[in-house]
Amino acid sequence: MAAPTAYVESVGRTAVTSVSAVGRAGFLGVDALRALRKASLWGPHLLGQMARVGVDSVPIALFIATFTGIVLALQASYTFTGAVPLYFVGALVGKTMILELGPVLTGLALSGRVGANIAAEIGTMRVTEQIDALETLAYDPVAYLIVPRILAGAIMFPMIVVLANAIGILAGLGASLALLDLSALQFMRGVRLFFEPFDVRFSMIKAMTFGITVTSVGCAFGYQTRGGAEGVGRSTTRAVVISSMIILVLDAFWAAVLLR
Amino acid sequence: MSIEILDVHKSFGDKHVLKGFTLSIRDGETTVVIGGSGSGKSVALKHIVGLLRPDGGEVWVDEHNVSRLDQESLYQLRRNVGFVFQFAALFDSMTIAENVGMGLRRMPDFPDADIPDRVADCLRMVDLDGYGDRLPSQLSGGQRKRVGLARAIATRPKYILYDEPTTGLDPVTTAVIDELILRMSDELGVTGVVISHDMKSAFRIADRVAMLYDGVIRIDGTPDEVRACEDPIVKGFIEGRPELMAAGR
Ligand SMILES: Nc1ncnc2c1ncn2[C@@H]1O[C@H](COP(=O)(O)OP(=O)(O)O)[C@@H](O)[C@H]1O
Ligand SMILES: [Mg+2]
Repeated sequence: MAAPTAYVESVGRTAVTSVSAVGRAGFLGVDALRALRKASLWGPHLLGQMARVGVDSVPIALFIATFTGIVLALQASYTFTGAVPLYFVGALVGKTMILELGPVLTGLALSGRVGANIAAEIGTMRVTEQIDALETLAYDPVAYLIVPRILAGAIMFPMIVVLANAIGILAGLGASLALLDLSALQFMRGVRLFFEPFDVRFSMIKAMTFGITVTSVGCAFGYQTRGGAEGVGRSTTRAVVISSMIILVLDAFWAAVLLR
Repeated sequence: MSIEILDVHKSFGDKHVLKGFTLSIRDGETTVVIGGSGSGKSVALKHIVGLLRPDGGEVWVDEHNVSRLDQESLYQLRRNVGFVFQFAALFDSMTIAENVGMGLRRMPDFPDADIPDRVADCLRMVDLDGYGDRLPSQLSGGQRKRVGLARAIATRPKYILYDEPTTGLDPVTTAVIDELILRMSDELGVTGVVISHDMKSAFRIADRVAMLYDGVIRIDGTPDEVRACEDPIVKGFIEGRPELMAAGR
């Protein structure tokens, strides 16, 4: 009987620490908003952080988008099996890529890349007292470290997702040409059929909130790190898990709010 | 103008680290704080610059209650206080010169054009001239500690807090650092608080010695007073005789 109790206990403990960590992340978010006015501290680092997010993200985002586009095209043609005109493959690839898989898969992948990276970096600075050192040298660490990272995420994620959407659709087109009995013209007719300009905006709004989530959760868990190298590892894992969960919840939230 | 720490209590979880820590740091003097490792010396030092907030009690620096200051005034106050971290805490993405210049870039009255000269000066003082372009990872532990010292003195602060500046250094480097602490005090009139494990260097540089034991200051006096102290806890610690400390407990 001891095992199930211990299991429930450990789940409970994890839930409590996660919720309290998210709570403290909220306070840090308020600090970050307040630190926005100290542009002289975060301004010089914004471009560098944007470049870093880009370099970290673009290869993996494009890799995922390519294969997602191919699979979407093949699955659509398999599902339609003559009952639906084949050019609808283009519609399904375009809609699904832009509305859902482009932003969500990119967001999840980047929580493991950008978010983990930020949590490890800031966590290391915390346990080696570099954050305390910033404080003693009269640098507000929130303005200096956290604000440029969150802003970089908010700016770069939408761009990366738009790129991923485009590459995913192109890959779907390529797969259709190579493996299905479909011409480029027909595929693009399908893509255009249900396309709304709003879809792209929807995709970018999602991407921006995912970007803010991934970077701010990474920063928050890094910032709260305790206990040496082991603590850094713990923060990194937690940041990835929590930001992935928040991304999925946000995904449903935006669908419920904006797609009805 | 001085530092007053009054009846400070600090706990982490159920661990009561400071239990009524009281210490006056007199202006122009060098106060050495001794005490066993894990006794809370670093915790006490961090209260002076507001890196930690007391659960109870007060910390006063230059007539400001540190835990009551708003963020801007706290950063203002910190510009007058240099902090030498126990493990250097260098920014590992920056060169040595950039590390040492960090504080200067936040001094509104210090011209940016003068930063390289000041940085070179400070590196010379810690015997590291020519190391400016290296990264912290390319330096030994002792060299990193000296960079941390150079970074703290670069802004010519009124107060310098040294957290074990010589622990882990060889005897020659230790003497160089002691000399530097003395010079800071004698030539620049800096008020120093030094945490030290090394009794020889503690008594060499101290105007006052205070011992932290069990969360409170056990004794606070001139080096001669402390050396003459008959309290078995103090005597046992200074002379490195655990059996005396055990008897006094
Ligand atoms: N931020 C912190 N969180 C939890 N415990 C801490 C923290 N800082 C210090 N401690 C604990 O307080 C005690 C005193 O630490 P410290 O002041 O570093 O000792 P020392 O006298 O060696 O400098 C130690 O037991 C340490 O584990
Ligand atoms: Mg210490």
